[in-house]
Amino acid sequence: MTGMHMLLGLIFSPGFFANAPVRTALLVGGGTAVASAVVGIFAVMRGQSFAAHALGDVSSAGGSASYLLGVSPVLGFIGLGVLAAASMEWADVQDARERDLVTGVVLGAGLALTALFLYFDTTSGSASGAVVAILFGSMFTLPLSIALPAGIAGAIAVVTTVTLYRPLLLSSLSAELATAQGIRVRLLGFAHALALALAVSLSAMTVGAILSPALIIGPAATALRLVDRPGLAMALAALLGLSAVWGGILLAYDSYYWTPGHGWPVSFFIVSLVFLGYVGVNVAPRSRAVRTAGHATGHHAGCAQD
Amino acid sequence: MKTGSEVLLVDHVSVALSGRSVLRDIHFKLAPGEFCALIGANGSGKTTLLKTILGLVRPEAGAVSVARPAERDGATGIGYVPQRISLDPSLPLRARDVVSLGLDGGRLGLPLTSRAHRARIDQMLSAVGVADFADRRIGDLSGGQQQRVLIAHALVRRPSLLLLDEPLANLDVRSTAEIVVLLRRLATDYHTAVLLSAHDMNPLLSAMDRIVYLANGCAAAGKPEEIVRTEVLSQLYGYHIDVVRVHGRVVVIAAGAPDEIHAAIAKDPVHTAEIP
Repeated sequence: MTGMHMLLGLIFSPGFFANAPVRTALLVGGGTAVASAVVGIFAVMRGQSFAAHALGDVSSAGGSASYLLGVSPVLGFIGLGVLAAASMEWADVQDARERDLVTGVVLGAGLALTALFLYFDTTSGSASGAVVAILFGSMFTLPLSIALPAGIAGAIAVVTTVTLYRPLLLSSLSAELATAQGIRVRLLGFAHALALALAVSLSAMTVGAILSPALIIGPAATALRLVDRPGLAMALAALLGLSAVWGGILLAYDSYYWTPGHGWPVSFFIVSLVFLGYVGVNVAPRSRAVRTAGHATGHHAGCAQD
Repeated sequence: MKTGSEVLLVDHVSVALSGRSVLRDIHFKLAPGEFCALIGANGSGKTTLLKTILGLVRPEAGAVSVARPAERDGATGIGYVPQRISLDPSLPLRARDVVSLGLDGGRLGLPLTSRAHRARIDQMLSAVGVADFADRRIGDLSGGQQQRVLIAHALVRRPSLLLLDEPLANLDVRSTAEIVVLLRRLATDYHTAVLLSAHDMNPLLSAMDRIVYLANGCAAAGKPEEIVRTEVLSQLYGYHIDVVRVHGRVVVIAAGAPDEIHAAIAKDPVHTAEIP
């Protein structure tokens, strides 16, 4: 065995690519990462990280209900996520503080339903792993059958966002400027909310409801720190998200060999990688925050001497 | 003005907002390249009138007609710069992106910009004097520079009419003068009628061809020398008003008037020197 082979063997533990659950996780997780990152760029620019969190929690109520009813979790997660996004947009709260409150209340209601359904799931005994799977994700138990519906949902989210790219950009800059150009801002917000709900539901299904915002917001926020162009940021965010998810899957698979008998959860690795990436670009000396702060101090010093 | 040659006709427009009459029988028109100031106190209905012209508010009576420019792709003939939009410094948009969105912000799909498109953006950025800041983030620019970028955004489609809501608010004296000179020049160069609202007419005196003076929901419109007069404004306010000209500035005084008249007068920040 050459050195290269030994190194690869160390990174990719035996059987990584031959393992069916791993392949499903790579496929579904990868698609989710790309969809989440693309939609996430606008979620970050429009200040919707809290809304994304709430959507994840509400969609988990659908996911936990689907275990009870014996229907596909895709249907449950996406069904309730889309319903929540539609009703939040329909309520059309303009005031930021009020919107925050409404989002918080919706989030609470979603978690209450999740608690109820998960209780029934576990007491009925048919789905004992449901609690961890719903809340924190369980990528290696995803059935291959969800790949197609998840792929369709992800594709709809991406196509919607890319199609509405310029109007979304303009309305994120100023709703008034968008309206003056004849853009129907409410309809646009509605379409974006639906794309966000699809992406969040997919994230909730893969990394878990509680961790889903990390996959939506994290790569997008990191990319927006690094580049000045929204289109480029979108591509970069997709790349970062994909790296985090695939890297997380790889590490989780390898972890079976670190602690024999049981591996570490995939979601832990994915979210940790996302977090480290975000922290990394923020403490890097070239970061915008540092540059601006330096400017301000320099200016102040100059004034004091005057 | 020849009939039919106007860019904007506000034809006896009345507007009520939630049952309250805001504007009554407003009538004026603008020709291509004319520079018109819409003057009035806060709450006199300036923004409502601009929104009515934009088509965002439906008039109760009367009609607004705006000439559509010839080389148009279905868009309205109006460019618009809203009042005090707060630009988030974290938005990853450069000045040139904001101008570009003025050209095709309503289009679907990814922006694949042609050379002609880029040339038009560059030309517009130069015309408003921000070519040097074209690649800076919009949120990092000064108030005056942001205002120039927003003017370029509104003007890049070559509208026949440019509306600006309080573009001089929050600008320092120097930027104010520069923006007025810029708008005057753009009106002439592009044959665009410019209608901008302000609460102080003084920075605009040298530039404006016409004035629409709003008070009590009514308007007096015409050439500045016809409108900014004691008799005309007194009639508009329904109270005796003195229009005084001091060192090239206009001061509107309502001596001994009740508070509501004082509140309704378009404020000119008069700097009264203290006598030692």
